[in-house]
Amino acid sequence: MGQYIVRRLLQAIPMLLLVSILLFALVNVAPGGPLSQFSRSRRMTAERAESLKRQFGLDKPLPVQYVVWLAGNDWMAIDTDGNGITDSYGTRKGVLRGDFGFSYQNREPVLPQIMDRLPNTVYLMGLTLIVVAIVAIPIGIISAVKQYSAFDITVTTLSFMGRAMPEFWLGLILILVFYVGLDNPVTGKSLLPGGGMYTIGADFSIVDRVKHLILPVSMGVVGWVAWWSRFLRSSMLEVINQDYIRTARAKGQNERKVLYRHALKNALIPLVTMIMIDFPYVFTGAIVVEQLFSWPGMGRMYYDAATSRDYPMLMGVLILGSIVIILSNLMADIIYAYLDPRVRYD
Amino acid sequence: MPRKADVKNKTMKSPETMISLVWRRFRRHPGAMFGAVILTILVISVLLAGLSPHDPEISDIKNRFQPPSWTYLFGTDGLGRDVLVRVLYGGRVSLTVGFLVVGISLSIGVPIGSAAGYFGGWVDNFLSKVIDATLSLPALMFMILLAAILREIDLPILKSDSKITIAVVLGVLSWPTVARLVRAVFFTFREMEYVTAAKALGASDLRIIIREILPNGLGPIIVESTLGVGYAIMEESTLSFLGFGIMPPTPSWGNLLDNAQEHLAEYPWLAIFPGLMIFLTIISINFIGDGVRDALDPYKILTQIDE
Repeated sequence: MGQYIVRRLLQAIPMLLLVSILLFALVNVAPGGPLSQFSRSRRMTAERAESLKRQFGLDKPLPVQYVVWLAGNDWMAIDTDGNGITDSYGTRKGVLRGDFGFSYQNREPVLPQIMDRLPNTVYLMGLTLIVVAIVAIPIGIISAVKQYSAFDITVTTLSFMGRAMPEFWLGLILILVFYVGLDNPVTGKSLLPGGGMYTIGADFSIVDRVKHLILPVSMGVVGWVAWWSRFLRSSMLEVINQDYIRTARAKGQNERKVLYRHALKNALIPLVTMIMIDFPYVFTGAIVVEQLFSWPGMGRMYYDAATSRDYPMLMGVLILGSIVIILSNLMADIIYAYLDPRVRYD
Repeated sequence: MPRKADVKNKTMKSPETMISLVWRRFRRHPGAMFGAVILTILVISVLLAGLSPHDPEISDIKNRFQPPSWTYLFGTDGLGRDVLVRVLYGGRVSLTVGFLVVGISLSIGVPIGSAAGYFGGWVDNFLSKVIDATLSLPALMFMILLAAILREIDLPILKSDSKITIAVVLGVLSWPTVARLVRAVFFTFREMEYVTAAKALGASDLRIIIREILPNGLGPIIVESTLGVGYAIMEESTLSFLGFGIMPPTPSWGNLLDNAQEHLAEYPWLAIFPGLMIFLTIISINFIGDGVRDALDPYKILTQIDE
């Protein structure tokens, strides 16, 4: 088991490097480098521009720039005044030490800004994930156990529709119905708020937070539950039709024990893998929700950065997102290997 | 012993081809036929969009924001343009992009999957790493970045037509799924005896790949392509909704919904209809995909006997 984990870890590192190289190359193809934000400053002379260029390491060839981006250049001697004699060290610390560069928009370091907004996104998407799990798992199991019953057919039809529904359209319809349409019978204003994380200026109140959560969470839940319940249903059905279930029944085991102790445990393995594989959405999946509901999270920050072509910010978020994805896949493999010993000898 | 009368009176039926078998099984699938009917209606209406008396791009400010009526079946938008016509033209764009994306992912995914699956070894190692790396990128975020970058560079093909740009953006992230599928097919069928026989007869690798192994994968590839059009339409609408896909004034279901966002309270019809079209199109594609999958599944007959 330990060997398997080590092997998979070692495979993950070159994958991360490959992804970072890909992103770095892509971002450098685009015009609008870090010096474009300075070009309008009156104090910028040609010399200073050149000097800054050398400080950022932009005059070096791309592979060197990549190494600088990764490991910084404060251990490298650079030549700031162009006379061929190196006179100082660079200022970048590099990604490996947490320096993701400076945002083009506000010249602040990228990583602290991401960390500032990340909790709001995780708050929203994490709750969505929990709700999805609570709703989809029982639905999937019951659907499989009572195959072709009215419940199953309704669920299958609904999940079919849920998978075809565009997220943002559902969000707009929800806003239309609950914010524009319905009114709170007591206050006469909208039933549910149309955006934001909490009512600005008001005191902290759980009810207020929940009200602001209902619509964005519902928007994400529908599509997600549609996929999961269908997946769970088919994986549960596969297990139920296995021979060992038939044996357990033949031996006289009562139906409930057959389902919970034998069938469910085995059906849970693909489910756990699926949860791990979907987990990265908690970090990366919020762009549309946050844009629709004016949620102050990382997704909306990414969207704003993309509109302003703030490449360091975009790179930072993408790298973090890829790290989460690669690590989640790793965890999924490890958990799967733990639960199903047959996989370990791959 | 066949009697002479039997032989003379009955002409031999030619053996049923694969296509007619699949079609017959597809026809029996109620969901699939329903989906096919809806999709046909949609495609025909989209193609007939030119028949409308209203123009999709000329503004008519006098008539802006009209609610649905007999003149304007879906109402008008902020510039007085008929929403129905714009939705239908948007359908053209979305469907074109959907097919383009599937074309791109097949053109890239099938060769790469075949190479990885057939040659194995370091070829497979390398290609699998590329596939995994592509799949490790957060999809929507990367597509937004790519779309933003492609706007800044001046590549002649891409600048002229935002449909091709967005198809490329979507295709770049959708080929790995196809490649994985094809690779799996190759791993399954590589060891078959007819492959060994073909090699013994001196067939080139290319011939074996195309003539012997690939036809086995046609089933899953067709199903994946059908469903892929649906995914592509969904992704394109999302990108257009966020402003990184098809740019106005060209209508696309996604960017129609984006424009509807500001006026949601006063003019809700702007948001309802484009989204409805996306929903109907994707549902019918999914029905058809499921029908095709069941029709092509050789094991379905066995389960039907069981029941």
